[in-house]
Amino acid sequence: MKKSHILAIAVIALAIGIIMSAAGDASVYVSFREARDRAAQGNMTKVHVVGRLPRDGQKQILGLEYNPTLDPNYFAFTLVDTNRIAQRVVYFNPKPQDFDKSEQVVITGSMRNDVFVADKILLKCPSKYVEKDIRGATASVN
Amino acid sequence: MLNTFIGDLGHFSVIVAFVAATVAAYSYYMAARNQPLGEADAAWLRLARGSFLVHGAAVLSIVTCLFTIIYTHRYEYYYAWSHSSNHLPVYYMISCFWEGQEGSFLLWIFWQVCLGLAIMRFNKRWEAPVMAIFAGVQLFLTSMILGVVLLNVKIGSSPFILLRDFLTDAPFIQSNPNFIPKDGTGLNPLLQNYWMVIHPPTLFLGFALTLVPFAFAIAGLWKGEFSKWVKPALPWALFGGLVLGIGIMMGAYWAYETLNFGGYWNWDPVENAVYIPWLVLVAAIHGMVLWQRSKTALRTSFVLVITTFLLVLYATFLTRSGVLGNASVHSFTDLGLSGQLIIYLAAFVVLAIGLLIWRWKEIPVSDKELTTYNPELWVFVGATVLCLGAFQVLVTTSIPVYNAFLGFIGIKSNLALPADQIAHYTKIQLWMGVFVALLAGVAQIMWWQKNDKASLANSLTVPGILTLLGAALVILLVQYNKLHMSAVYIVLLTTALFGVLANLSMVLTLVKRKVSLSGGGVAHIGIALMLLGILASAGYSNIISKNSSGLVYSKEFSEDINQDNVLLWRNESAPMDGYDVTYSGQYFDVPGLPEYVNKELLFHTDDEYKALARADIKQGNKVYYKAGDTLEVRPENTYYRVEYKDKKTGKAFTLFPRAQANEEMGGGENGLLASPDIKKFWNHDIYSHISATPDPRKEKDWSEVKEHVLSVGDTIFLNDYFAVLRAVEPAQETAGLGLKPGDLAIQGDFIVSGEKKSYHVHPVFVVRNRLIGRVADEVEDLGLRVAFLNVDPTSKKFTFGVSTTQKDYIILKAVEKPFINLLWSGTLLMGLGFGMAMVKRRREASVSSQAPGTAVPLKTRSSKASRQVA
Repeated sequence: MKKSHILAIAVIALAIGIIMSAAGDASVYVSFREARDRAAQGNMTKVHVVGRLPRDGQKQILGLEYNPTLDPNYFAFTLVDTNRIAQRVVYFNPKPQDFDKSEQVVITGSMRNDVFVADKILLKCPSKYVEKDIRGATASVN
Repeated sequence: MLNTFIGDLGHFSVIVAFVAATVAAYSYYMAARNQPLGEADAAWLRLARGSFLVHGAAVLSIVTCLFTIIYTHRYEYYYAWSHSSNHLPVYYMISCFWEGQEGSFLLWIFWQVCLGLAIMRFNKRWEAPVMAIFAGVQLFLTSMILGVVLLNVKIGSSPFILLRDFLTDAPFIQSNPNFIPKDGTGLNPLLQNYWMVIHPPTLFLGFALTLVPFAFAIAGLWKGEFSKWVKPALPWALFGGLVLGIGIMMGAYWAYETLNFGGYWNWDPVENAVYIPWLVLVAAIHGMVLWQRSKTALRTSFVLVITTFLLVLYATFLTRSGVLGNASVHSFTDLGLSGQLIIYLAAFVVLAIGLLIWRWKEIPVSDKELTTYNPELWVFVGATVLCLGAFQVLVTTSIPVYNAFLGFIGIKSNLALPADQIAHYTKIQLWMGVFVALLAGVAQIMWWQKNDKASLANSLTVPGILTLLGAALVILLVQYNKLHMSAVYIVLLTTALFGVLANLSMVLTLVKRKVSLSGGGVAHIGIALMLLGILASAGYSNIISKNSSGLVYSKEFSEDINQDNVLLWRNESAPMDGYDVTYSGQYFDVPGLPEYVNKELLFHTDDEYKALARADIKQGNKVYYKAGDTLEVRPENTYYRVEYKDKKTGKAFTLFPRAQANEEMGGGENGLLASPDIKKFWNHDIYSHISATPDPRKEKDWSEVKEHVLSVGDTIFLNDYFAVLRAVEPAQETAGLGLKPGDLAIQGDFIVSGEKKSYHVHPVFVVRNRLIGRVADEVEDLGLRVAFLNVDPTSKKFTFGVSTTQKDYIILKAVEKPFINLLWSGTLLMGLGFGMAMVKRRREASVSSQAPGTAVPLKTRSSKASRQVA
């Protein structure tokens, strides 16, 4: 067998290995129900959950808990997922500064006991104008 | 006055640029068609050159129009309104230019015009076929900013759109279509950084440069010149590797300095999208060098050069089509261009790969079997390793694309990026680093000598022994510092060290022969140093702001949880690793002053860009402003003064991590954005950023006012601080009171002893036209506010109202990054190496093109042509 063939086989094997590792490490978007089921089955892999923050009539977010003078690394909140299931979430980091303004929240982490322990929070903040339909608003040649 | 002229001119120029690019592409194609390389149909060529020049002029005109709109604050244009504002300094206006998608396309177009002109000037022999491809790419790129609606299909998004055409249903537009906003919404404060002025142009020049070797390769395939393209394309490819590599690292440095995720690389899809083509480009360069030296790896060079360009297009698609969605924090806003981007990508994929398949069998291969003693084999393996590394990042970064694609064909997919991206990428990229460093060392030594068992062993001995000694020393030092070093880290350390030493030994030998030969060696030393810097700074980054108070609020989990942030009360020092750290107040940037100015020295006015000095502002020995002077401030950033004092040596340094109150659109949409401040030592950085502060937009909660009736000389405790009423005196005009003649104004003068210093507190009592006014004085340092409530002239007693609030605090995270300077200095060396290699290859290319028999195309082309076409 020629060296180039050995090299080609090695490359293909490594490429397959890389794809397998990506498939194995890839996370999934799930609902809180599924996150709880996974935890119940002992599956502690981290998942992504997309949700919204519950607000009262004055648009105040309900259930935020952050008291930096007691513990700057403890932030807890309630998140409602797309199936309208509410879940207590704990984040062992300071509260993200623009948290109050965010419309949509993506968290990664896993259920532990009865709370979802998040290690990453991604916020989607609304911007008054940018969210408008931009497609229709392009200058055209007259 | 609404000025539509300049926008119309700009938009007209876009259309001219588009049409001219189309004409140039077609006529270059016609000029080169059925002609051997170096020959061209004269009439078509003239037309093509002319139209490319027109295209270039039109692009220049677009750039000028857009910049004029931004520079002159024409907020009737959406682009200026949404990316700029009145208070933006000129150098940041340049950043506004490319903050938006349209502007960044324009930047890319502009660079390709420059490169096209350079090719017309320096690579005449290749002009017609190469420029046909260039103009073709320009056609696609200009179509992205065309902003034309044809048969209900929108083509491109114009940067010259008027605000009223963009926000068609905003109330202020509907009531007055000629409304022009007074101010823009400003540049994203995170982009107000000098790196953002030069990083995007560098990156887009790098993007543009990948087109050059691609165009040469395609021209070679087209004209059946399978090998001659390598020589002129190689210096361009090296230039591209240099610019793209430096551009990526500039972005990394900007992220390190400005964003607060705590490092320079976040594996964000937008970063990856540039990293992937760079790796492949570097692999392609190695393939081309192999061809130049030993007439091997030509097919590999074709594949890699073409792949690099296609990956740049794919990167463009990823970052600009909105497909990343939730996966990235900083991709562009979706302009609805995805369809156009897919067509662009697909057109070039089909064209390039089709051409390659068609010509594949004709591309010469060498039948020489490489042996273990051929450096070519190891260079080839190295290039393969780079491609595998790129492949991993590509496979994972494309996860959102799989979702979108599956969704498109009707399958619901909920795949997400790995939850722990760092671990995922590291486990492959680290091994790529190991093999790159090892192969770079071995191949570099073998490259310059005749190899057999004896000579190879001989030349590897010295660097090998030094490497083992060095690695052993480092491992001992790491253990001496009570740090753990895993086996994988030891392997990376050893190979990277070998990469440095082997290349260094080669460079030292080569320098004696000819300095210009050592470019590759220098670049390899740079890469190996970068690997060492990454290993040290990322592998051993040490959080020094551990919450050491023992107060852990959460009792839900006993396992180790994150305690990486520490609360610092104002003026109270807290121990942090080897330092005593004190937060001592908020500062502002005042233009023209060398240092930041304490907020307590400034009295805010209605114009947030102006303030009154409450006392003399003195820095060094110079008094810059006297009490009562009006001065200009930059209100966007608040700087938090944090002093670090080394417990052992007693040496202190001060950092000013900053937070930006980002009141975008006046509504305070995005809250606070924090940026770190970094203290650089030769062997480590101390990196600190604010994680949280009391919300500056919320009113403070003051305690109920407590009244004190005092005589001059009395002492009291105010919020636990000892205070003396020193005097009651006529009020000074310094505090911006706006006193008028006839007003009676007196102020109390308290001296309050704080933790660090004493404060004068001056509550003011004013009588004007028998009306009483009171101006309270606040000491933010002490969380204290004193008001002058009443005067009893008979008993000479004065009533003061005192209220208190929670003291100011910050939450800080501080990280030590060992030997990060190796990364930056390695980057510079890498750039230098690329530059040296580029100069050398450029010289070779120009020498050969002037050599007798191959030169000046117009005269000798017939003889050459017959040889080449045959």
